[in-house]
Amino acid sequence: MTGWREGKIFPILLVLATITVFWYVMAVVMNTPWQKDVYERAGTTDVSQTQFIKDTWSQERPVLPSPHQVAQEVWATTVEKKITSKRSLIYHAKITLSSSMLGFAMGTVLGILLAIAIVYNQALNKSLMPWIIASQTIPVLAIAPMIIVVLNAIGVQGLLPKAFISMYLSFFPIAVGMVKGLNSPETHHLDLMYTYSASASQSFWKLRLPSSLPYLFTSMKIAVAISLVGAIVAELPAGAVAGLGARLLAGSYYGQTIQIWSALVVASILAALLVTLIDLLGRFVNHRMGLSHG
Amino acid sequence: MADSITSRRTLEQALLLAAGALAILSALLNLVGGLHLIQLLASVGLVACVGITWKLVPATARWKCGFILFVVSTTAAYILLQPLAPGSEPEVAPHGTHYWLLAISAWLLAWASVEQFASVKTLSKVLTFFLRLLIPILFGAWLLLGWELTTRGLDVPQVLLPAPSVIAERFAMSTDILWADFKQTFLKAVLIGYAMGCGAGFLVALAIDRSPFLQRGLLPIGNLVSALPIVGVAPIMVMWFGFDWPSKAAVVIVMTFFPMLVNTVAGLSASSAMQRDLMQTYAASYWQSLFKLRLPEALPFIFNALKINSTLALIGAIVAEFFGTPIVGMGFRISTEVGRMNVDMVWAEIAVAAVAGSLFYGVLALIERLFTFWHPSMRQ
Repeated sequence: MTGWREGKIFPILLVLATITVFWYVMAVVMNTPWQKDVYERAGTTDVSQTQFIKDTWSQERPVLPSPHQVAQEVWATTVEKKITSKRSLIYHAKITLSSSMLGFAMGTVLGILLAIAIVYNQALNKSLMPWIIASQTIPVLAIAPMIIVVLNAIGVQGLLPKAFISMYLSFFPIAVGMVKGLNSPETHHLDLMYTYSASASQSFWKLRLPSSLPYLFTSMKIAVAISLVGAIVAELPAGAVAGLGARLLAGSYYGQTIQIWSALVVASILAALLVTLIDLLGRFVNHRMGLSHG
Repeated sequence: MADSITSRRTLEQALLLAAGALAILSALLNLVGGLHLIQLLASVGLVACVGITWKLVPATARWKCGFILFVVSTTAAYILLQPLAPGSEPEVAPHGTHYWLLAISAWLLAWASVEQFASVKTLSKVLTFFLRLLIPILFGAWLLLGWELTTRGLDVPQVLLPAPSVIAERFAMSTDILWADFKQTFLKAVLIGYAMGCGAGFLVALAIDRSPFLQRGLLPIGNLVSALPIVGVAPIMVMWFGFDWPSKAAVVIVMTFFPMLVNTVAGLSASSAMQRDLMQTYAASYWQSLFKLRLPEALPFIFNALKINSTLALIGAIVAEFFGTPIVGMGFRISTEVGRMNVDMVWAEIAVAAVAGSLFYGVLALIERLFTFWHPSMRQ
């Protein structure tokens, strides 16, 4: 019986446990110089080994905070703080989430429209497609500060500038995936529509669009993840007012490593939740369309 | 198929008609509102061009047609930009309605020329290759022209959006700064981090290749981590490795590691059972079947990761510079010049990043073609 070794849960847990142990060890190693410094200044000698390790795990500004410190901080700033408080990570996460969702929605619409235009126009396919690919080699995250500042100068403030950056990042996977998806019906399916004398819009709504949906959801999973990245980075130059990116920046200014790590953890949880949500939605739609067996 | 051909002709004819009408309207407005001779000439040229190509469009003279349209529309745009050059004092307001009508008319003709080139059918490989380059270049050139025409026509303030010509000027003036930034960010942080991150991802994938148990554990985690906002580790890396390029390279390593790991593991299991059985019947050792079957089969996946990582690496290095740098580097330059409202310098830096990113991607795509020429996706 090797049943417990066949599933996925056990290996994942084992890997996670290994990472946690490794993290604790690294926390000791990386925090040691500072801790020794502290003892020297306090004049304490003969600290027991266990006390020493405990101390490295509970510094106020560690080089590498231990997992339980991060977990405590996350717990303290999400559950124990009021949502309206500026120290609540939920408050910051909400701000980041709203701009990334707006950008994701705009990016999805733009991507789908571009894909439709590209699929139906040969000239656009040949002229626009290479530029769409080239557009992503421009590190837009690098331009983010300028877009924010410039839009700010012409009076566009708040969610929209950040959402633009999320949009720029997320339209690409959607456009590429949808071009593939809208072209995915096989020739004999298209021929069948032709023999039915279907109009262009009929074959779009009844054949091309339905068969592109699986591709859409796959691309949406990628797009939602990078739209979150876009929103976080877009918050960096905005003066670090609010949002997860602002927490990162403030943490790095004041050396609050635990704050940085907890913002990172919350951002990661958010990303994982969003991707899972889209995944479930995709599965549901595929199931309703009868595509799930396969 | 006959259907789509007629619809394309209607589109082309509609483009030509609209362009012609706009050019005539522009000429009339020009005459009424005080003469701007050279722009009037441009309108006449556009109308003449529409007249000539109108007859050619239904025929098969795609090359001729596209070429005429391209030359005339670009010349018209060039003329439009002329009187607006700094220093000259035009008698008539050059940015009146006729300017915009003319600009739109020229743009429609340029679109028509792309339509012409795109519908060329040829069996010659050289011509196909030429067309595949020409059409995107035409599109890009008109993107820049439209940008220039709009910023100049609307007198957009420098701080908001400088015209491409201004950016080019700035670029030419400050090549030494740009080169220093490029060296710091791209040649050091990006390339070193990229090589180490991709290399590590590849090696770890090879290392866990023999243990399905570890693969089942690492793959879901790797997939999850690939979706996480890893750029966020930038402040931590800057704290650990200091302000200079090693901290940026470290961010790049973390960002590129997981896509490479996940793709390589997926690629190594891409060979079919049949192929593996064949290796078995040859009594191939693990290493033989790895090098002769499974690694070549994994190449498309590996190149996919390399291409994804090329953009990720550039982003990671530049964003990491927002959290602290020595006073050189592309991210540093962008954030400080934005603060000083030197937007043209920022755009010059962006141009460097864009060219570097595109070349990086392009070189990878070329190498991919060399190594995976046998793969079905490479077939024309």
